[in-house]
Amino acid sequence: MIPGAFDYHRPSSIDEAVKLLADLGDEARVLAGGHSLIPMMKLRMALPENLIDLQDIAELKGISEDGGTITIGAMTRQAEIIASAVLAEHCPILPETALQIADPQVRNLGTIGGNVANGDPGNDMPALMQALDAAYLIAGPGGNREVAARGFYDAAFFTALADGEVLTAIRFAAPPAGHGYAYEKQKRKIGDYATAAAAVILTMSGGRCESAEIALTNVGDTPLYAEEAGKALAGTDLNADAVKAAVEAAKAITRPAADGRGPVDFRTSVTGVMVRNAIERAAARAA
Amino acid sequence: MSKMHIKMTVNGKAAEALAEPRTLLIHFLREDLNLTGPHIGCDTGHCGACTVDMDGMSVKSCTVFAAQANGADVTTIEGIAAPDGALHALQEAFREHHGLQCGFCTPGMITRAHRLLQENPSPSEDEIRMGISGNLCRCTGYQNIVKAISAAADQLATAKEAAQ
Repeated sequence: MIPGAFDYHRPSSIDEAVKLLADLGDEARVLAGGHSLIPMMKLRMALPENLIDLQDIAELKGISEDGGTITIGAMTRQAEIIASAVLAEHCPILPETALQIADPQVRNLGTIGGNVANGDPGNDMPALMQALDAAYLIAGPGGNREVAARGFYDAAFFTALADGEVLTAIRFAAPPAGHGYAYEKQKRKIGDYATAAAAVILTMSGGRCESAEIALTNVGDTPLYAEEAGKALAGTDLNADAVKAAVEAAKAITRPAADGRGPVDFRTSVTGVMVRNAIERAAARAA
Repeated sequence: MSKMHIKMTVNGKAAEALAEPRTLLIHFLREDLNLTGPHIGCDTGHCGACTVDMDGMSVKSCTVFAAQANGADVTTIEGIAAPDGALHALQEAFREHHGLQCGFCTPGMITRAHRLLQENPSPSEDEIRMGISGNLCRCTGYQNIVKAISAAADQLATAKEAAQ
């Protein structure tokens, strides 16, 4: 499979990349790790005339923590997230999720920016970003702006990112020390997208759940922030009724496609199992 | 859409060729540099037969443009054995433990395992299985591949101890 022809550009700064996007117009695309875009180009479902490779832009790389705020450059690779001491300490659900993406070779090149900006509902990071209430930092011809992950996804492959804009970083408040977390993903095989997956982040105090955030992967044409499911847990001692209410609230918002991963009813049911398992594992981990 | 002058270090030697930007790394290696060890299996980033080492990490060369690897240090299966042709411990172990049947996945398996043992010189069976989870073999059932990688790790550790 041979992609369509294009011209290749490798800028060394964000400003240069934004200027190239503006100058080259509609048929220019940025290239991050390439593990979503290149397969689409090989199928000729994407036919950019210009590719702007972001790999040399140092300001797009790296993971930092400052006063409880974590910033991850868009070109940070999944393998770097898995190996990050900062994330292991402050936000271990990120490496846990990254480890469930594809396989080692793909994680070596696949980036968090590409994963969240592409708008593929099968990608795992968008739901996690919604659970973390992350903000996406975006550079464009009109300057910089921020969009909340919870408001970023319009439909499959349609996002708030406008033509000419580049996602530069992801920023979120680290969950409090002692939080419980889990990303539960059912997939048919290594490398597959989720049949259903759930991210849960919760805090406990004296046996009661103080807060809970839940989001779902690949059971709709966007990631789904399950706000009501989280609310069903907050203020309870996570008894069976509360967990059941959260599971039902999550299942109620799913709109899975019937495909090779199963019919709608099955994927909805698996969503419930993933949410339940994630709540139980998160609760067991909470201090 | 003019051709690009692409240069990289491949198996320790400088290599260069003119290629279209759309040229995939696997085609650049196989067709421009005549290195036909890395195979094209699924051509969709799943099977790992095209695995090569790029700047110290395993990548699937069917899902990388040669232009992205411009300036990179690449190792293919052709660069694993010693320059005098003596097989690497992994290659010996794959032969000894029947880690291949048809051999199609073997270049990718060994190139991946070669990097895995640098990342983790004494992997457990689970770590080996996770480490090669991006490489598919349709013949062996993986048992003998895992045995071979484990045996090579032991062999390399013994050789390292002897050298110290």
